[in-house]
Amino acid sequence: MKHLRVEASTPLCALQDAGRFGVRHLGVTQGGALDWVAMHWANWLLGNALQAPVVEVALGGFSVVAQHDCVLALAGADLDAHIDDQYLAPWRSFTLTKGQRLTLRQPRRGVRAYLAAPGGFDAEPVMGSCATVVREGLGGVDGQGSVLREGQCLSFAGAAKPIGEVPDRARPEYVAKPTLDLVIGAQIGDFAGLSLFDAFNRDWTLDTRADRMGIRLLGPPLVYQGPAMISEGIPLGAVQVPPDGQPIVLLNDRQTIGGYPRLGALTPLALAQLAQCMPGATVRFRPVVQEQAWREQQGYLERWRA
Amino acid sequence: MTLRIEVVGIDCLMVRLFERIEEANMPWVLAASQRLQAAFGAHLRDLVPSYTTLMVHFDLAPADARCLIRQALEGLQPDTDSSGCRHEIPVWYHASVGPELPVLARQAGLSEAEVVRLHSERDYPVFALGFAPGFAFMGLVDERLATPRLSTPRKQVAAGSVGIAERQTAAYPAVSPGGWNLIGRTPVRLFDRERDGYSLLQPGDRVRFVAVTRQEFLALGGDEEAQA
Repeated sequence: MKHLRVEASTPLCALQDAGRFGVRHLGVTQGGALDWVAMHWANWLLGNALQAPVVEVALGGFSVVAQHDCVLALAGADLDAHIDDQYLAPWRSFTLTKGQRLTLRQPRRGVRAYLAAPGGFDAEPVMGSCATVVREGLGGVDGQGSVLREGQCLSFAGAAKPIGEVPDRARPEYVAKPTLDLVIGAQIGDFAGLSLFDAFNRDWTLDTRADRMGIRLLGPPLVYQGPAMISEGIPLGAVQVPPDGQPIVLLNDRQTIGGYPRLGALTPLALAQLAQCMPGATVRFRPVVQEQAWREQQGYLERWRA
Repeated sequence: MTLRIEVVGIDCLMVRLFERIEEANMPWVLAASQRLQAAFGAHLRDLVPSYTTLMVHFDLAPADARCLIRQALEGLQPDTDSSGCRHEIPVWYHASVGPELPVLARQAGLSEAEVVRLHSERDYPVFALGFAPGFAFMGLVDERLATPRLSTPRKQVAAGSVGIAERQTAAYPAVSPGGWNLIGRTPVRLFDRERDGYSLLQPGDRVRFVAVTRQEFLALGGDEEAQA
């Protein structure tokens, strides 16, 4: 077993994996990495299972010191990572020798970076997952839903692989104004015609009211004309519209049921893009139908099957 | 019962069975849940039953999932024999752990004892779990007890608190924020990660609240000190 000692952390740094499944009917949320694409690449670089536990770092302020010589991988946002005083670009595996410090300082591009270790970081799964959900007290290094804290140890036991990089053409681009695919459905037929036009033809600005449960978007108010709803299950990425007409994209730590009308749900790829957008950024929605979106997703997953 | 299948996400379909909240829905929802679990097997990622719907999260092509749902639910009959477990949940009804007990009594023109009797004299089906792990939405309470949520939710509600919102009732499994009108507290542990199935209450179960004294509440492990 090898160890990293956490020297600095924030409430936005926590262990994540793909999340919990088979427990949604008990009111247990999904949790898991908000940018699953970056998590996959970080694990891929080390030959891990693609959903092995990783550290999700949002915005920076995170630092670890190696207690042994080790090989790690970093993917996702460029958070101005440094090994001691040397800049380290993401999308690669690298060696951190005993005593060296890895620091993720602040965002240069994107929001969330993923740090992986050989075999995945060690933690006891809770209900099948190590995903940290603070609100529910589940997962994480201690199993009690705690985020990472200064002084903690991160452990892993896998064998190191030769260092490498994610091929240039495979790296997601974090563009300034992404277009997010939205699988149309749910109550979309009960919104005013003008609202449907606005939903897919206007810019939507990410509000500062954003966390792992959801991200509020600001734009022209959307008007729902349907009947009051009875609470029902909410899928990942659902775009719900509360009475103020300002949509909320529901993320991994969302509540499991809810009664606000929805336009549909973002695709997994759109969610990965959204996870790298700062408050104040603008996005657009593009309507897609379920079957086509599903085929595109299967095609995208092929890149890790080779 | 009507059957509608609606797209709600890339790998999720909503099965809509009813349009209104009725206690009689639950044996149908439960029967549908059992059939869908059997039909999807390992392709089922999650199945979320609620008052009138089941959300099916799968790892199949959506068209195949839709066919599977149609086949599985053909000739659906309500599951009246085994419609879930029946639980008796002890509750210490008292203003010190249920600050809205006197408020509800006053509003309804009832004594506190009558409020307790009305709340504990019927079986409630569990319509859905949500809000927090193990939080079971149950109902419907007697119309005289129906009360809107607090206009300002409490920042902290003690674990075990039993509350009413409109015509629904529930018990908080863990300390959390909450806006329900609190009328008592149960010593029962509602969500336990070491328990098989984790949650004491499952969708479709039936619950009867049983009034107990403070002494009984404490003897059962209840905590009266935890702040409501």
